[in-house]
Amino acid sequence: MKAVTNFFGGFGRTVLHVIEKMGDATMYGVSTVALFFVPPWQGQHFIRQMYALGVGSMVIIIITGAFTGMVLALQGYHMLVKVGTESLLGPAVALSIIRELGPVLAALMFVGRAGSSITAEIGIMRVTEQMDSLEMMAVNPRSRVLLTRIIASALSLPLLVAIFDVVGLFAGYVIGVEMLGVNGGVYMGETIDKIDMVDISVGVTKSIYFGFLIGVICTFMGYRATATTEGVAKATTQAVMICSVMVLILDYIITSFYL
Amino acid sequence: MIKIEALSHAFNGVKALDDINMHIKKGEVTVIMGGSGSGKTTLLRLIAGLLTPTAGAIWFDGEDLAKVGRKRLYELRLRVGMVFQYSALLNSLNVYDNVAFTLHEHTKLDESVISTMVTMKLEQVGLRGFEQMMPSQLSGGMAKRVAFARALAMDPQVVYFDEPTSGLDPISAGVVSTLIHETTQKTKMTSVVVTHDVEAGLNIADHVVLLWQGQIIAEGDAESIRQSTDPRVVQFIKGEPNGPIPFSRSQTAYIDDLMHKPGYVRMQA
Repeated sequence: MKAVTNFFGGFGRTVLHVIEKMGDATMYGVSTVALFFVPPWQGQHFIRQMYALGVGSMVIIIITGAFTGMVLALQGYHMLVKVGTESLLGPAVALSIIRELGPVLAALMFVGRAGSSITAEIGIMRVTEQMDSLEMMAVNPRSRVLLTRIIASALSLPLLVAIFDVVGLFAGYVIGVEMLGVNGGVYMGETIDKIDMVDISVGVTKSIYFGFLIGVICTFMGYRATATTEGVAKATTQAVMICSVMVLILDYIITSFYL
Repeated sequence: MIKIEALSHAFNGVKALDDINMHIKKGEVTVIMGGSGSGKTTLLRLIAGLLTPTAGAIWFDGEDLAKVGRKRLYELRLRVGMVFQYSALLNSLNVYDNVAFTLHEHTKLDESVISTMVTMKLEQVGLRGFEQMMPSQLSGGMAKRVAFARALAMDPQVVYFDEPTSGLDPISAGVVSTLIHETTQKTKMTSVVVTHDVEAGLNIADHVVLLWQGQIIAEGDAESIRQSTDPRVVQFIKGEPNGPIPFSRSQTAYIDDLMHKPGYVRMQA
């Protein structure tokens, strides 16, 4: 009996803790984003973050995009050829990348490359009292450090997804047309014919939401990290884990709205 | 300059400071001393406005820090500098940009003027020529001095020092202590120093406040603290392990724990 009580007690406490954290993160996100409307504007620092997060993630995004396009074309061709519809390889690759794989895989790569560094950097800034030193120098660390990273994340990811999509589509074309012998004109024609603006807007919408979510979660985890090296390490791991899961959940929700 | 009235502070219900009353006078070096966990850093963070007190008030030039808004607090902070325990230099900026940070943020001075001011501040702490070094390339003592130069950048009226000599070798600690003393005398600024370094603290202090368990147990000039007969003060100054300030902080004695643990053989008197 005691074991059952302990189990449900522990379960209840965990659920309450998760709800409390989610509420805390939401309040944090709203109050931090509200600082966007409070001067001084952080334009220069925002551009610096865009560079650090966006340009810094480009190599991994290009590599991931290329291999995703290649494997989709390769796998798709061998399935489609069985039913004689290899002419649809172009739209199959393009739709998969633009609607689903582009935003999701780019977001997951972005979490690993940029999100983890955001959490670790902010956590270390807290451990070494750099956040307090900004406060004492009459600079709001939430505007300067947190908000700039959230906005930079929300705007960098759509651009990275666009790069991912272009590279993926090109890689798919190379494999499909140059290696597997699908007619180039048919490949491009079918792709242009089957892809419309809704597909592109799904991808863009997802990437903006993912970028914003990653920015809020990663800065929150760094800002609320226990001020020890172990605390920062734990916060970084949790940030990557939570962001990855949240990206997949949000992807499902947004997709269901668009279908 | 700074007046503290009936100040109390608690973390999650645990009292860190209890009914602190003190006065920090203009142009003086006030040293707040005490053992680890005595509440001295908490007191400094409250005075600096980094924490909001649970009860009581901190008056900075007649304004209650807990009641002023963020905008006013930032205006007041332009008159204040702070040197943190681990220097807290911004890792992504070199020495020059760290020292020039507040000048870039809060003034519209020409870069050539800022450059001259930074050079003067670095000269003041003996680090002219180190402008291009990154914080990671500095020793602990050098980082503290750069932090000091940064705190002085806006010619503040008050500078707070959190453990300025901790973790430094005796020579670097001496250099930092001398800098605090000399700068306070030359610029007539007010210094508030939190330290557990008894000798360094007493040497530079105009006024000493000794904390124990979140309360002031002694206050006065350095000489009166040295001459104090309060056993707690004597124990702290002499660094004696035995005395009224206990070495162990266990809530119950270990032997009592053993005696009451089920399954253990009871010892007979």
